[in-house]
Amino acid sequence: MALPPGVLGSATTHMTAPGSTPATPTRRGTELTLLGFVLGLVVLAFVLISENQSQSIKPEILLYIAGYAVLFGVAHLAVRKFAPYADPLILPCAAMLNGLSIAMLYRLDPPLAEIAFSGGNGYSNAAPKQLIWTGLSLLAMIAVLWLIKDHRTLSRYGYTFGLAGLVLLVLPGVLPCSISCVAGAKLWIIIGPVSIQPGEFAKVLIILFVAAFLVSKRDLFTIAGRKFVGLELPRPRDMGPLLIAWAVAILVLMIEKELGASLMFFGTVLAMLYLATERSSWVWIGIVLFMGGATVADRLFTHVQTRVANWVDPFADAQGDGYQMVQSLFSLGSGGIAGAGLGGGHPELVPVINSDFIVAAFGEELGFIGLAAMIMVYMLLAMRGLRSGLAVRDTFGKLLAGGLSFLLMWQIFVVIGGISKLIPQTGLTAPFLSAGGSSLLASYIMVALLLRISDAARRPQASRPKPQAPIAEASTVLVERPT
Amino acid sequence: MNKPLRRVGLTMMVMVLLLLANLTYVQVINADTYANNPSNRRSVMEEYGRQRGQIVSATGTILANSVETKDAQHYQRVYKNGPEYAPVTGYYSSIFGATGIERAEDDVLNGSSSKLFVRRLSDLITGRDPRGGNVQLTVDPKAQDAAYAGMTAKNFSGAVVAIKPSTGEILAMVSTPSFDPNPLASHDNGTQRDTITKLDDDPNKPALNRATQETLPPGSTFKLVVASAALSDGVDDANTKNLPADPTITLPGTTTTLSNFANETCPESTNGQVSVTIAIEYSCNTAFSTLAGKVGKDNLIAQASKFGIGQTDLTVPLSVAPSTVGSIPDDAALFQSGIGQRDVKLTPLQDAMVAATIANGGVRMQPQLVKNILAPDMSPISTFSPQEAPGGPAISKDVADQIKAMMKLSEQHTGGTGKQANISIASKTGTAEHGTDPKNTPPHAWYVAFAPADNPQIAVCVVVENGGDRGLAATGSSVAAGVGRATINAYLAGGG
Repeated sequence: MALPPGVLGSATTHMTAPGSTPATPTRRGTELTLLGFVLGLVVLAFVLISENQSQSIKPEILLYIAGYAVLFGVAHLAVRKFAPYADPLILPCAAMLNGLSIAMLYRLDPPLAEIAFSGGNGYSNAAPKQLIWTGLSLLAMIAVLWLIKDHRTLSRYGYTFGLAGLVLLVLPGVLPCSISCVAGAKLWIIIGPVSIQPGEFAKVLIILFVAAFLVSKRDLFTIAGRKFVGLELPRPRDMGPLLIAWAVAILVLMIEKELGASLMFFGTVLAMLYLATERSSWVWIGIVLFMGGATVADRLFTHVQTRVANWVDPFADAQGDGYQMVQSLFSLGSGGIAGAGLGGGHPELVPVINSDFIVAAFGEELGFIGLAAMIMVYMLLAMRGLRSGLAVRDTFGKLLAGGLSFLLMWQIFVVIGGISKLIPQTGLTAPFLSAGGSSLLASYIMVALLLRISDAARRPQASRPKPQAPIAEASTVLVERPT
Repeated sequence: MNKPLRRVGLTMMVMVLLLLANLTYVQVINADTYANNPSNRRSVMEEYGRQRGQIVSATGTILANSVETKDAQHYQRVYKNGPEYAPVTGYYSSIFGATGIERAEDDVLNGSSSKLFVRRLSDLITGRDPRGGNVQLTVDPKAQDAAYAGMTAKNFSGAVVAIKPSTGEILAMVSTPSFDPNPLASHDNGTQRDTITKLDDDPNKPALNRATQETLPPGSTFKLVVASAALSDGVDDANTKNLPADPTITLPGTTTTLSNFANETCPESTNGQVSVTIAIEYSCNTAFSTLAGKVGKDNLIAQASKFGIGQTDLTVPLSVAPSTVGSIPDDAALFQSGIGQRDVKLTPLQDAMVAATIANGGVRMQPQLVKNILAPDMSPISTFSPQEAPGGPAISKDVADQIKAMMKLSEQHTGGTGKQANISIASKTGTAEHGTDPKNTPPHAWYVAFAPADNPQIAVCVVVENGGDRGLAATGSSVAAGVGRATINAYLAGGG
């Protein structure tokens, strides 16, 4: 987490020598090399799967590999053009998770088709769809990079984003169940063949709003209230926004019958409140509030009770409500340390293995080692986001990068913790891994924002307009700079 | 704002640590508990990727084996002569599980049996795929072929069981109509499902192993048990003429009558009385009903259980449905039970066991289908050793010899095909009524026999359900005897 000594130093240098050729390396070559390495991994994954499943190398995997290589080649060129100073690790990390996801979906398609067929249902392969969604998502990423030349312009539309995010968050909950219910949770909008999870986009919009809101009202929250057990409590009248966020979270929990969306929303808001105020009292108050609300929800709603019961002891009803959790544990346990090898296990035994539980499939076939490595890739991605937040000079950028990075890690924690019985299971998707367009699209928009902020952080100061952040902030950065 | 950013970063690392710690618990510490949980279907599915052992006959011919394939399952189970041996081998389906020997000896065939442990250990060291062990059956192809051909030639529905009297080895086990187990081992799940649906929907129940799972009224073949009881308890002897020869008697305490076959008077009577021998020889019902009345309910049940009737936990190692003499509530029921009617119901295997016990001088041997457990390289691991059934001899050698003599006489009066001058057979036929309208329902035709009579090598039981090709006119001798003799002849001709 340490800030490299060169970052601020080089910025100062360039301020004194405007117009000269930037000495800061763009690191696009590093990105390309890493993408090449990731491509190699993905090719290996496809070859192993094909060999394990059909004892031959099927020609169709060439289509997937070629499509994948072209898509990320284009994405790399776009980053070169629109965000030349962007962090070189962010895109390769996303590409790696995304590529493994397509390979795993390709591996899961034949057994899932067989299961669907035996139940008399149809099945359409998830892997080709995921490749197409990857293309669309990368297009969206490029569009964001192209349209938004400076992330600070986003702060002007804070309230618009907030309203849109709120509507998207609550919309599936108030729509009739016929177009919003899947497996008991109201998280969807299904119109004909198109089904989207608006909650995925709502997360990003709400982070944009909260960042903009907190930047403009930041002073208010830092005024100290009374002290209580060593904590500096905020003044009661400043509690408004937190209470509103809490109310929204509980409302979403109630109407969508799903813990995941409200956990994501509330957790991220709390983290950003802390980032803006540096007061841990906000976090504690928030946690207590949410626990209280969730406890009441647990008493009132059976779907939450079921999830909690499955968490406490899934084996109590191993053939009923606990089935999915038990199968997930079997899958992970059967994988063991080294895994069954790609295509060598039976992850298809776990229900909804290709979306919410896809992490179990990786745990079974790549083992603890493989899954741990993938978690590290997630962490690397989130840490590079945070690092961009540390390096960028404006408050909005810091809050935005911090919020996005925290959200990514928070979602991974809730998803992987859920399938491995660390915490009660939720209906969230694993970013970049789960099959589904909404999740992928939203994830790449987040990647685009992080690329944009990291580009701003590393871009030589001279080519930038003067920062509009409060003057006081600049000195804060210097004071807090590590030695 | 960088200080809280770093703190958030620290929080994120703590989350990662928590995830990794929990995954260590699930995937490392607790992995075996989850991997080996009985409801984890992976262990079952893995077996399909291993080469399953063979099932071979007593002479070594392969009945079921797994051949290598190019697809993901690696091996295809193949049943040669599928329908002929299906009641014995059973099937091995990835969806519907296993039946027959495939199920009973599954741990040997799939290689997980502790009997194979030494081999598996060396496999681990030499790095070879642990293959399954092999199972050698007691079934003799000559006897099995003849029995199956005899049953299928006229599309009989029924069963044949042949036992080696001195050891209890099952030489033949046929059930018809049968089914082909090959499509159930198909790697195409649709084929498996279609096949099982067809089998389930078939009113002729081809998947039912009639030899072990179906109990039917044994008719006159049960007279062997009644005679054994009478002679053993001294209620009667073989040759004193003290049983009624009347064509019809009235059952005690009722107005119901019971008649001899075709309403005949029992031949060779003196003063309207016949002996046990004559009653067996001509299968006289009135005499045997009366004899059962003399023996009494308790003695009859005790004698039946010494022959194994009523045993609920018999496995060969296929499980065998328990045979029964019924509850015999009153004397009328006792009279009817004496001729193998009323609630008396035996499996063909049980009736073969009665014949084999008499052939073996009254000592009942535990019936067994498995001769050898063989290692993957066909070297023997454990061999079946003949075992006497618990509870001591069913009848004394003396009584057994007397009944054998009666059965030799009975064979002389029994018609049907397949008699050979050089083979002396001791036998008893049965023609059992059944159903709600017994006089108008084609009877079950039975034939139990052993040969050579003086040095028995094979005991058989044949049952042909519902009259076979003769309808209401069917008798044990006209329908079942030919199949039984063909089985005996084929086995003895082969020097078995």
